[in-house]
Formats: sequence, C-alpha cells, structure tokens
Amino acid sequence: MRRQMVLRVVGKLFIPYMLLFALYVQFHGDFGPGGGFQAGVIAAAAIIFYALIFGLPAARRLAPDAVVEAMVALGVLLYAGVGVAGMVLGGNYLDYFVLDRDPVAGQHRGIFWVEAGVGTTVTGVMLKIFYMFAGRGRGLEER
Amino acid sequence: MTLAHLPALEVVVPLLAAPLAVLLRRSSLAWAIATAACAFSFAVALLLASEVSAHGPISYHLGSWPPPWGIEYRVDALSAFVLVLVSGIGTLTALYAWRSIAAELPRDQIYLYYALHCLCVAGLLGMTITGDAFNLFVFMEIASLSSYVLIALGRDRRALVAAYQYLILGTIGATFYVIGVGLLYLSTGTLNMDDLAARLPQAASPRAVLAALAFITVGVSLKLALFPLHLWLPNAYAYAPSAVTAFLAATATKVSVYVLLRFYFGIFGLELVAESLPMREILLVLSLVAIVTASLVALWQADLKRLFAYSSVAQIGYITLGISMASRDGLTAAVVHLFNHGVTKGALFLLVGGIALRAGSAGLECARGLGRTMPLTSLGIVIAGLSLIGVPGTAGFVSKWYLVLGAIEAGRWWLVAFVVATSLIAVAYVWRFVEAAYLSAPGGRTPEPGETPATMLVPAWILVAACVGFGLQTSWTVGGAQRAAALLLGGAP
Amino acid sequence: MSVLGHYSYWITVILMVAGLYIVIARGNLIKKLIGLSIFQTSVYLLYIAPGKLIGGTAPIVADGFKLYSNPLPHVLILTAIVVGVATLALGLAIVVRIREAYGAIEEDEILAADRDRGAGA
Repeated sequence: MRRQMVLRVVGKLFIPYMLLFALYVQFHGDFGPGGGFQAGVIAAAAIIFYALIFGLPAARRLAPDAVVEAMVALGVLLYAGVGVAGMVLGGNYLDYFVLDRDPVAGQHRGIFWVEAGVGTTVTGVMLKIFYMFAGRGRGLEER
Repeated sequence: MTLAHLPALEVVVPLLAAPLAVLLRRSSLAWAIATAACAFSFAVALLLASEVSAHGPISYHLGSWPPPWGIEYRVDALSAFVLVLVSGIGTLTALYAWRSIAAELPRDQIYLYYALHCLCVAGLLGMTITGDAFNLFVFMEIASLSSYVLIALGRDRRALVAAYQYLILGTIGATFYVIGVGLLYLSTGTLNMDDLAARLPQAASPRAVLAALAFITVGVSLKLALFPLHLWLPNAYAYAPSAVTAFLAATATKVSVYVLLRFYFGIFGLELVAESLPMREILLVLSLVAIVTASLVALWQADLKRLFAYSSVAQIGYITLGISMASRDGLTAAVVHLFNHGVTKGALFLLVGGIALRAGSAGLECARGLGRTMPLTSLGIVIAGLSLIGVPGTAGFVSKWYLVLGAIEAGRWWLVAFVVATSLIAVAYVWRFVEAAYLSAPGGRTPEPGETPATMLVPAWILVAACVGFGLQTSWTVGGAQRAAALLLGGAP
Repeated sequence: MSVLGHYSYWITVILMVAGLYIVIARGNLIKKLIGLSIFQTSVYLLYIAPGKLIGGTAPIVADGFKLYSNPLPHVLILTAIVVGVATLALGLAIVVRIREAYGAIEEDEILAADRDRGAGA
C-alpha cells in the first residue's frame, strides 16, 4: 500500500492526532472517562495504522521490538513500583493516600503513575501482538 | 514494619520478578531472579504459616481500603498451608529448570520461561491468599494464561494441541467460575468472601445462589481435573517441558482444590452445599469413578509422564473423596493429601524429567535397566512411588490413613475396603516402572544414559526426602491440616 | 412484562449458549476461539446490564446529578475484557503455531496426523 498517495497523505495527517488523542485520553483519565487501557490501545492503533500504510519494517524501525518488549515489562514494573512506594512511605501495598502530604493529592499522584504504567504496558502488548502475527504471516508467504 | 506487609510481598515479589526477568534477557540472570523471588516467597510463606499458627488469621488491606470495599488478602490455617506448598515447589522447580529448561528450549527463549514461571507462581499464590472472589478470578487467569504458554513450550508439536485444548477448557472453567461469582454479586452486592458468607443467607433469590454454586462447582472442577472434566490433563502433562509438568502437577490442581474448599465451606456453607443440592453424593460418586478409571487407564500407558498424569487424576479423586465426607477426618485427609500428593507428584515428575533428559523420552521402554545406569533417579522414583501407593512410613500413607479414619467414622466400611483395593492398582502401575528399571535388561541403547545431572537430582531428592520425612514426622502436616479442617467446619472462615 | 423486561438476561443466555455450542460443535480451531470469545462476552453483559440504572449517569460527582450507575461492574469487566483479549491473542498465537507444525487447523485432521505418525513410528 506504499504507493497509494491518498492513504499516505491521510495517514500522515491522522497519525499525529491519534497520538495526541491517546495522550489526552491518558491524562484526562483522572477527571473524565479514559485512562491507560484506552490510551494505550489508541496509541498502539496509531502505530499499527502506520505499519499498515508504510509496511511492517518501517513500523519496526519506528518502534523496535526490543523497545516494545521493554515497554511491556517497564509498565508492569511502574505499576507494581507505585504499590511498593506506598509500602515504603508507610502505608499498605498500593496505598495512594501516603504518596503526598494531602491524601487527595496522593490519590491523584498514585492514579497518574499507575495509569502511566498501564498505558505503557498496553501499548507495548498491542504492538507486540501485532508484530508477532504480522511478522509470522510474512514468513510463511515467502516460503 | 515489613512484617506487617508480608502478605503483599508474598505475591508482589514473584510478580515483580517476571518483568525484571524480561528486561534482563540473559538466561542466567533471569534464572537467578526467578529462583531468588520464589525462595523469598517460600521464606515469607513459612513465616506467615508460623505467624498464623501462633496468632490466628492475618488480614491485609490492599491500598488501605478496608474490606468489603477494598481487596483483602487473608492468610489463615488453610491458605498458609497451600502457600507453603506452592512457593516451595516453585522454588525447587526453578532450581531444577536451570539444567532441564536449557536442554529443552532455544537459548533466546529461556528468559521468557523464567518470566512465565514467576507469573504462574504469583498467580497461584494470589489465588490462595486473596479474600476477594473476583480478585481470585484475575489471579486464576494470570496463572492459567502463563501455564498455557508454559505447556506450549514443549518440544513435541503435540504440546501445542495440548496447550490449545487446555486453553479452551481452562477458559470455559474460569468463565463458569466468573458467571457464578457474578450471580453471587447480583444477589448480595459484595465480592469479599467473608462478607459473601455473611450475606448469602439473606439473599433475595436462593435459586440464583444455587445456580452460582453449580457454575462455580463446574468451573473449578474443570480446573482441578475432577473426573469427567479431566481430559485436558494427561496430554498437557505429557508434552509440557519436564520442569513445567512437575510444577503444574504439584501445584495448579491443588490450588483449585483449595478454591473449591474455600467456596464450599467458607462461603456457601455446608448446610447449603449438602442440603439444597446433592453435592456430597455427586462428589463421592465422581471421586470413586475417578479413582478406579484413571488408575486402570494409568496401567496401560506406555509413557511414564502419561502414566503419572492419569495417576494424578486418580489421586485428585482421593482428595475430593475426603471433601465429600465433609467430616473432620475427611477434610483433614483432603488437605493433607493435597499437600502430600503435591510433594509426591512433584518428586516423581522431576525424576521422570531426568529420564527424559538422559534417555531422550519418558517412554517405559526407555526405563529398561535404569536401575543400574541411573540408580539414584530410579531409587527416587521407587520411594516416591511407595508414597503414591500409601505404604506406611511415607507421606501418602498419612493421608490415606485419615481417609480411612473418616470412612470408619461415617460407618462406611466398604469405603475402607475401596481405598485399600484401589491402592493395589497403584502398586500395579508403580510396579511397571520397577519391572522395567530393575528386572529388565538394558534396552541396548547406545550410549548408555548417565545419572541425572546433580542440579536436577538435588531438588528432586529434596522432595523424595520430604515424602519420607512427612511420612514419619507428621505433626506439621497433619497439625496444619487439622487446624484447616477445624477452620473450614467452624462456619465462617 | 417480566419475560420481555428481562431482555438483557435473555441476550446473555443466548450469547452464552451460542458461544458454548460453537466451541463444542465446530472442529475448526479458529471458530472454536470465536465461540469462546462470544461465550466470554455474554459474561460482560451479565455483569454490566444490572449495574445500569435507568436515568443514572456515569459515576463522576457533578452538580445537578443525583442518580449514578454502579461503577464496580464496569471496573470488573474491564479486567475481564483484558483477560478475554489476552486469551484470544494467546489462542490465536497457538493456532498459528499449530498451523505451522501440522499444516491444518481442523481438529480431526490434526488428531489424524498424530495418529498416523504414532502408528508409523
């Protein structure tokens, strides 16, 4: 599909806004519907869209496999790390109240970092799944 | 301060080890992290167990939200017992995997094995420790999804089909469980187990509660491989990598038994389970059929892994037989057999893994003459086999003894005869190994297989020693099981 | 009224049974997974439908709203959906590997392939 002019132009127009929308959904999750799951899927969709138009190798240069795999692990670590931080600061595991002097601000801070972790992992997992399936099919056709 | 956080650390440490293993990528580092995390959990489990026996149940509120609003981790006599089993076996299989997995997997995938092992351990520990019915589902799926992948790692292509079948049946089981929990939530408005137990008697619709009981029973029975729902088990155990087989055989089904116990006695309560539906009778019949059929099928298997897999189905029958008695001795037998059988089967599958490594497969024909070429491995299998049969002086005898006591107490003498008679079938299938290993000439295989490597033999022999140790020194296992049984029968957990 | 009024339960039951039927009756591994997904989807509905109050809004505190829907089922089902996605992805990945190893995704062909090899060996 690399030669399709319309697709390329539309794609280039859309992808930045998709990523921006992902960030909006991510950070607005505190106040309205949204959060890491949805944001992660939207961000991954933007990159998958890119891969569909410009090809899998181009997408793999943009978001290499090693980075994607690290994202999966780092997101989980971030989530669990917030829990451990609560423990270190004198609360129970995943206690957000103790993350700030003001308990409500602590809740905000905790949810922010947890959602950041969720978003990272979900983006990583979605891309990893896409790479795995897309990469395999290609190998079979060549055979 | 850290002592108060032990229930959370028990699950969180292996959960954290999984992404760390992925990040580090080097197989030796991943192994070290996984082993250290499992060993840490084991130590924490032992601490928790001693704490519980000294001061009673521990309750931990995640995020400092008090139950029933927040998720509660709850350690009592029963869950501490299962925690020790799961984390202990997890540690030993991680040690064992160093050599065994290196031989069975491509080098660049080994770190993923350790990540999955940690996830599976964390999932099973979480299922055991949580006091929240929906949280249990989440941990159940963490454990199941990682075990599907672990099984699919097997070298034989049939491992893929086995993993697929287990995925379908396991997901149906978990979904049935979650339907049951959903019905309970709709009738009571709570998911906390204690709260559920307190509110169920006032539930608006007893029929919805009965439907929930039925769904949860079927769902969990699929997971624990109760007789007609066991079809996924033999292939999954036969084709998975050896370390995976040993770990899953010793822990996964046992944790599901724990879930069944928790729901029957801790949430629904004996009155509901026994009186509204003929659950005890159904369990009794299924257990008896399981013991006889699976033992007989085991007799005809040509592969040691499959033989012991069918024997697992039969042994689970003994556990559910104990549950169906619903008496103090019956439940003691069920809980102690849950532990003892985990140790015994773990030992057997670890040793069979040694044979598979050295002789190339776990077929019975590969076992010919092993008494001379792999003396320690063969001797271990024989001792663990004696425990499987239930010979006095081994762990298996202790659990069968309490089963017999429970049967006598209920006045069912025919059950006593049944337990003894079916143990004879176990003698027959263990004898098939003895015959091959000690009484047949070596199969003329070249080169002669050497002894199992020490890093694999030591974890296996620790479990073999435990089979004998817990057979002679029964105060810890039986004491723990009796406390657990008293807790289960004492109404609210 | 009571039969039609419970339409969300009827849809749940129909989806549940249809999904399970597909899993049992179809031999194609992909179709089985689709059936499994439908079966899991029915559970989402089972949880979420009773949590909705007619006239209730999203449970975000704001002026002028008194009636809120129960947010807990949504949170639970968000987790269940993630589990469902993971199961489906893993199932499909295993089917891809089965296709590579056997060259088939029909259950009977796969079983036959293993039987033949077992007899030949």
